[in-house]
Amino acid sequence: MSSIGTGYDLSASTFSPDGRVFQVEYAMKAVENSSTAIGIRCKDGVVFGVEKLVLSKLYEAGSNKRIFNIDRHVGMAVAGLLADARSLSEVAREEASNFRSNYGHDIPLKHLSERVAMYVHAYTLYSAVRPFGCSFILGSYDEDDGPQLYMVDPSGISYGYWGCAIGKAKQAAKTEIEKLQMKEMTCRELVKEVAKIIYIVHDEVKDKTFELELSWVGEVTKGRHELVPKDIKEEAEKYAKESLEEEDDSDEDNM
Amino acid sequence: MSEELLAEPGWLSEEVKTGTTIIAVTFDGGVVLGSDSRVSAGESVVNRVMNKLSPLHDKIYCALSGSAADAQTIAEIVNYQLDVHSIEVEDDPLVCSAATLVKNISYKYKEELSAHLIVAGWDRKEGGQVYATLSGLLTKQPFAIGGSGSFYINGFVDAEFRKNMTKKETQEFVVNALALAMGRDGSSGGVAYVVTIDKDGTEEKCILGNELPKFFDQ
Repeated sequence: MSSIGTGYDLSASTFSPDGRVFQVEYAMKAVENSSTAIGIRCKDGVVFGVEKLVLSKLYEAGSNKRIFNIDRHVGMAVAGLLADARSLSEVAREEASNFRSNYGHDIPLKHLSERVAMYVHAYTLYSAVRPFGCSFILGSYDEDDGPQLYMVDPSGISYGYWGCAIGKAKQAAKTEIEKLQMKEMTCRELVKEVAKIIYIVHDEVKDKTFELELSWVGEVTKGRHELVPKDIKEEAEKYAKESLEEEDDSDEDNM
Repeated sequence: MSEELLAEPGWLSEEVKTGTTIIAVTFDGGVVLGSDSRVSAGESVVNRVMNKLSPLHDKIYCALSGSAADAQTIAEIVNYQLDVHSIEVEDDPLVCSAATLVKNISYKYKEELSAHLIVAGWDRKEGGQVYATLSGLLTKQPFAIGGSGSFYINGFVDAEFRKNMTKKETQEFVVNALALAMGRDGSSGGVAYVVTIDKDGTEEKCILGNELPKFFDQ
């Protein structure tokens, strides 16, 4: 296991002698235990894909969603403690709503992610509360500014990305994402690739069944964040499964 | 006789109003704002050279009318709020943001305030825009007029306005409108202030009384 804090890790208001805040690092571990979520920005939009592990056959299909709508034009995909993520989605919704009320237009995504990141950061300063145990990816599309993608982690920093992954298979997912030429792709092409990446990084042995959650926002949806329509999603999943089989086949040939 | 000795001059007791004519017009590529310069307290003119076109940001101005104190205060507050806002979003503010901020104050305090601001400016998303914010309403319009003098020129502006005029034509239109209103409204007069805003910047001009166009008043 990784290093233990030994006394400097009891509260977020304590630094360790080597300058770390262990509580924040432990919060990031909570994110790494959760299943993977990815977000990729392309030429004309943003696509989110989440590997939602189904822990019991008794669950209703589509319950415990991990992709949220923050405003008409903003979507949020999360990894980590789902209850923490839900609470933060409410914070984000309020920020977006207040901005619209005060300034009369859609909130710019950079500003929204900075505001929510500031909120997350506030919970890393005090011993009376614990940091949020979730990371999330925000995406939006605007005619003038184009597609935008930002990620916020439990330490309260927000970064802009062309593609990012959070959760247990984030390294494997990042490797796959880096292979893509996302700046030249359209949303329709990207949806299939996102589905494929989630299928690739899903661990058949350790985790059982999973549901794929796919959503997008872009020119194809006229700037509104929506779940990908059923027929397009089925096509994407079919493409993903077929790609996996091809790779399996090519492995056999090499024997 | 005794009543005259007891009568106070208006500026001691009357509320200071910007009697006013204000106008803002969009053209292809920007906006032109115009105002007169008379501030009255009852029958007295307490300031004959007041500039009623107040900057809210580099490329967003507002035209003040109604109670001078109320209008100026709203403009100052929104100027401050837009400063903070533009630093937070790291970009120039949109005209609709400025107009919404003005509208929010005008509506929240509509019982206490008596001011009508016309907000006009240029931003990179929508170009030149004019918003009327009378008593907490917010509408985007191709042009807007306000103040006591505006009643005399409603017919003129309706008949003479055309969309997508050139900058020069719009400036002439604004100056003509102001001159006509100032000629008939007792509460408007003095000089004409004209502000032109487009993507290249903001230009302020002052046209003295004797340089204003003359109509059938030789």
